[in-house]
Amino acid sequence: MNRAPDNSDGTGRTDAPNGAETDQLLLPGWSSLVILLIIFGVLSTVTILAIVREGDVHVTPDVGGTQAHSPAEFPEIGFDEPLLPAVLEADGDDQPGGYNVPPPPFSNEDIFPCTWCHEEMDVNYERRELVDMHDDIQLHHGPRERWCFDCHDAENRDSLRLANGTRVSFEESYRLCGQCHGTIYRDWRQGIHGRRRGFWNGAKSYLLCAHCHNPHSPAFQPLKPLPPPVRPQFLGATNEEPEP
Amino acid sequence: MKKPPDSRYDGPGSTGRRRFLATGTAAMAWVAASLAGAPPGFAELMIRRHFKELSPEQLDRILRQMEQEYSTRFDTPVSVTATPPMEGVLFGYGLDLSRCVGCRRCVYACVHENNQSRSPQVHWIRVLKMHKERGIELAESDPYYDPPTVPEEDSFYMPVACQQCRRPPCTRVCPVKATWQDPDGIVVIDYDRCIGCRCCMSACPYGARHFNWSHPTISAAEVNTEMHFLGNRIRPKGVVEKCTFCIQRVRKGRYPACVEICPVGARKFGNLLDEESEMRYLMREKRVFVLKEDLNTQPKFYYFYAT
Repeated sequence: MNRAPDNSDGTGRTDAPNGAETDQLLLPGWSSLVILLIIFGVLSTVTILAIVREGDVHVTPDVGGTQAHSPAEFPEIGFDEPLLPAVLEADGDDQPGGYNVPPPPFSNEDIFPCTWCHEEMDVNYERRELVDMHDDIQLHHGPRERWCFDCHDAENRDSLRLANGTRVSFEESYRLCGQCHGTIYRDWRQGIHGRRRGFWNGAKSYLLCAHCHNPHSPAFQPLKPLPPPVRPQFLGATNEEPEP
Repeated sequence: MKKPPDSRYDGPGSTGRRRFLATGTAAMAWVAASLAGAPPGFAELMIRRHFKELSPEQLDRILRQMEQEYSTRFDTPVSVTATPPMEGVLFGYGLDLSRCVGCRRCVYACVHENNQSRSPQVHWIRVLKMHKERGIELAESDPYYDPPTVPEEDSFYMPVACQQCRRPPCTRVCPVKATWQDPDGIVVIDYDRCIGCRCCMSACPYGARHFNWSHPTISAAEVNTEMHFLGNRIRPKGVVEKCTFCIQRVRKGRYPACVEICPVGARKFGNLLDEESEMRYLMREKRVFVLKEDLNTQPKFYYFYAT
């Protein structure tokens, strides 16, 4: 630093006996004063500039995080969705081996039971592209290796069919999926894969694979994210009058 | 050694201490007198004992008072409880980074459940977007991402909230013991005791604590009327708040709100002392890590990869 030397002035003395002399020696020289002035000037200029440019928040207006949002703006998410009656009735009582699942998700309410239509029809075992009916189904689930009767039972349309011929109901479709996706099935049964609701120490509701993965096109569909948090520079702007 | 002669210690003007004591006593008497005229319960709230030292009757009285206050304020019946921790329970949380899609449903479910201020906005969960190529790089993460749909091709998402450390740095720095760790592992805050010094916020390495810079605003239509004294009850201005694992839910057996809302089921919750729990299963079977392990805070919040 530019401090005047106090103990290297050739006298070898480390503390001056005279107080007045010491005070004088400890005063900074002119050069350091000038440097300090320059530093002060630069700092104040920067500060003043920053204050003047306050309106510029370095964010383009179309970017998120400028406005606060409340959960009430998103009623479609279902924050208050009630628990399944079976879970609520159990109220803490665990039922080992039993899974509380909501009804299987069908594409529309009138489509099940399938036998309403199929009972009267002959079974066509020929592999073909579906026209007139079920043509909305896009098979993106190994379409070359798989078709309807690998999973749907040809004789009883109201049930599914395992590889070994066992019929399983739509409520137990996880057994069908679990034939191939064994590790996921194991995780799902343990509660690691998939969404759970209810009691951590008791009854909970599981979801069937088909609730999140369309069996005919199982990739999880992208979601629209809820809005980002407010950036710090906009937090003040959202401040309203305090509560009474 | 002999004391140096100094008029401050004993001299003609040495009435300083006595005068101070007298003034202090008078001031206390004045405060006590004015408290007598204060609304009933005010004095108890202001100079009450530490939460852990309250007798059941005192606590009950305070809770009933709060219920009344909140019920009047929101014009709807409110219940405030102080459900104690369960025996033999240590809460742990798991978050599957290989599943999280960054949809922020958890952020808003948390706000909905825990009565955070809507404006100025307080979020307990912050979802960080990170580059798949860079890995977990907190300094380059982006919490403000807003694409039309998630997940984005080159990104993964890491929600961060209170890590409920076993050795929480935040509770140790609190000068008034307003925050502590309960036996079930939840780090809680007594909002009445908090003086708003924000030491805990600077001590927390996860940015999990949030300050009420203004009076929290929340409309009567949106308020969650199931409140816990140490959790989601309405906070006053100038106190710190943070995630409590939804203490009002989990101490009654329910899952936290963020666990239930997660559309991909990335969030897991359970009792770390129960070998059959989901948490113990994932800690045995999956690749698990904690955030900032090198700080030795020993979080009970475990990130894992199910795949």
